Amino acid sequence: MPYFEMSFLALKWALRKPPTTQYPFEARKAIAGSRGQLIFTQDNCVYCTVCAKKCPTAALKVDRAQKKFVLDRLRCISCGCCVEICPKNSLALSTDHGSPTTSRDSEIYRGS
Amino acid sequence: MARTIIPFGPQHPVLPEPIHLDLVVEDEKVIEARPSIGFVHRGLEKLVEKKDFLDFVYVAERICGICSFIHGQTYCQAVEAIMDIPVPPRANYLRTVWGELSRIHSHLLWLGLMADGMGFESLFMHSWRVRERVLNIIEATTGGRVIFGSCKIGGVRRDMDAGAVRDTLSELEIIERDTREITKVFIHDNSVKKRLGGVGVLSRQEALDFGCVGPVLRASGVAQDMRKLGYAAYQDLPVEPVTRTDGDSYARCAVRCDEIFQSITLIRQALDKLPPGEIAVKVTGNPKGEVIMRTEQPRGEVVYCVKANGARNLQRFRVRTPTFANLPAMLKLLQGCDLADVPVLVLTIDPCISCTER
Amino acid sequence: MKPEQTLEEIPLAGLLEGVGAMRAKGGRMVQICATALPGQFELTYSFDFDGRLASLRVQLPASDPRVPSIASIYACAFLYENEMHDLFNIKVEGMALDFHGNLYNTTVKYAFGDTKAPAAKPQAAAVPSVA
Ligand code: SF4
Ligand code: SF4
Repeated sequence: MPYFEMSFLALKWALRKPPTTQYPFEARKAIAGSRGQLIFTQDNCVYCTVCAKKCPTAALKVDRAQKKFVLDRLRCISCGCCVEICPKNSLALSTDHGSPTTSRDSEIYRGS
Repeated sequence: MARTIIPFGPQHPVLPEPIHLDLVVEDEKVIEARPSIGFVHRGLEKLVEKKDFLDFVYVAERICGICSFIHGQTYCQAVEAIMDIPVPPRANYLRTVWGELSRIHSHLLWLGLMADGMGFESLFMHSWRVRERVLNIIEATTGGRVIFGSCKIGGVRRDMDAGAVRDTLSELEIIERDTREITKVFIHDNSVKKRLGGVGVLSRQEALDFGCVGPVLRASGVAQDMRKLGYAAYQDLPVEPVTRTDGDSYARCAVRCDEIFQSITLIRQALDKLPPGEIAVKVTGNPKGEVIMRTEQPRGEVVYCVKANGARNLQRFRVRTPTFANLPAMLKLLQGCDLADVPVLVLTIDPCISCTER
Repeated sequence: MKPEQTLEEIPLAGLLEGVGAMRAKGGRMVQICATALPGQFELTYSFDFDGRLASLRVQLPASDPRVPSIASIYACAFLYENEMHDLFNIKVEGMALDFHGNLYNTTVKYAFGDTKAPAAKPQAAAVPSVA
């Protein structure tokens, strides 16, 4: 019945629950294994600057002398290179993709 | 008869991509189409002189947002060919799986856009609903939705364990079932047939003369598919190019529909044979030499010319994207068509102007 | 895996003849790639014969590079030739469809056409290789 192929499909789905989610009210389910936001755990970091050297987008800036770690989130492409290379496991990628932002400020962490 | 010039694009409802066409029309017939592209030329080819060749994979992958993975893969293969790096078989199989997944999602995206171009809004939604499932597999196995980021020189960055393989296979069952439902509409529905059949006929000889690639070439009856070159795991997996002989928009649509199922079969075979072992080898030294690498993107053959002189940066990196090769054919198709057919004809080559402007 | 391909250096005067021979053998135009090397340009014309790749290569001088258009043999070459002109400032004579430098609107004119030998870059060779 070549005239009604589409009608069948439309009818079938009209009787089902919608496969979409109501986004702002209902968040998307995080998928395990997704590369989301970069998480920095300051406690273990020794400011060795390896991650900053390896980052392909120069989103990280680390100052060894001042013990300063600067992360520019808008540059970060969540590639995970820094996570792979960090000797102290102080970097990780979460499955959460973060919320929208209106500021361009970098996140600055200072060690003592 | 007076001639009128109707501008089409760069912002047009049917194709939000930076291509502009001056359509010279006489009555309702298009006499000539004059293209202008280059609105967003990004100069990525030049960037290779500044970036380390290992890091450049990320740039190569970002040439296109839809066929991203195969761009990264082709770049890696080109550098690996120059440096004679033996890629572990498991990495080759994983690349194949991800490449085919990206083909499925690209074709489903195109089917949706085509439905939208025909004014078939609900079919568009259905195509993209299925595509979402593919994207979920991609995100779960590589970590990215459209930019996979899982290829690197010497292998891949992420492995698929037994659980992931199982999940992927069971998800593929659902995708195949749903895709059958949708492609039935594209292939059998009379309104689709009437809209696409006989529109934009490209004969076999014309397709070859205009240097067409991919589904456009195959829909005109030329059985050319770069996967037959046997890169990655395609040497072990048989790929028979999907062809049609009519050369019209309907044939191009049918080729893409069939290729989705071909890709599903290929993924099943690849996951079935997935060899154990390492997923990457260590890369030392710098590349020196040159190579032209060709692979099959969802949109057709992509050509990478890579020339290196032994430094950390490559000397020349040149990408010929499939759309670049298909543009002359599109202009030919537009000559003499009805004005109402322009959206269909522009979409039928699956244009990706942004990746043409690398 | 190195793909099967041939590369043949030909003199500039023999370009049209060489491309014509490719056409006569039924080659599909694959690409034209221009490369700016120190002191010269290098053009690579590639053709496909059902999976086998054959390329022709010509060299052009850095000053006032001129090359004849192959549009009479392969009509689809006009995009590549305009690209060569717009990005590399190579004059292509007799193009079928000439955009007069308007195919690509780049901020820097002829951005790719720098044939001066690159200044020795202070590239640290000690970038750690990834495993
Ligand atoms: S690599 Fe790890 S330890 Fe070193 S600076 Fe970066 S986050 Fe800190
Ligand atoms: S995830 Fe990638 S882009 Fe982001 S900071 Fe780490 S290395 Fe840089």
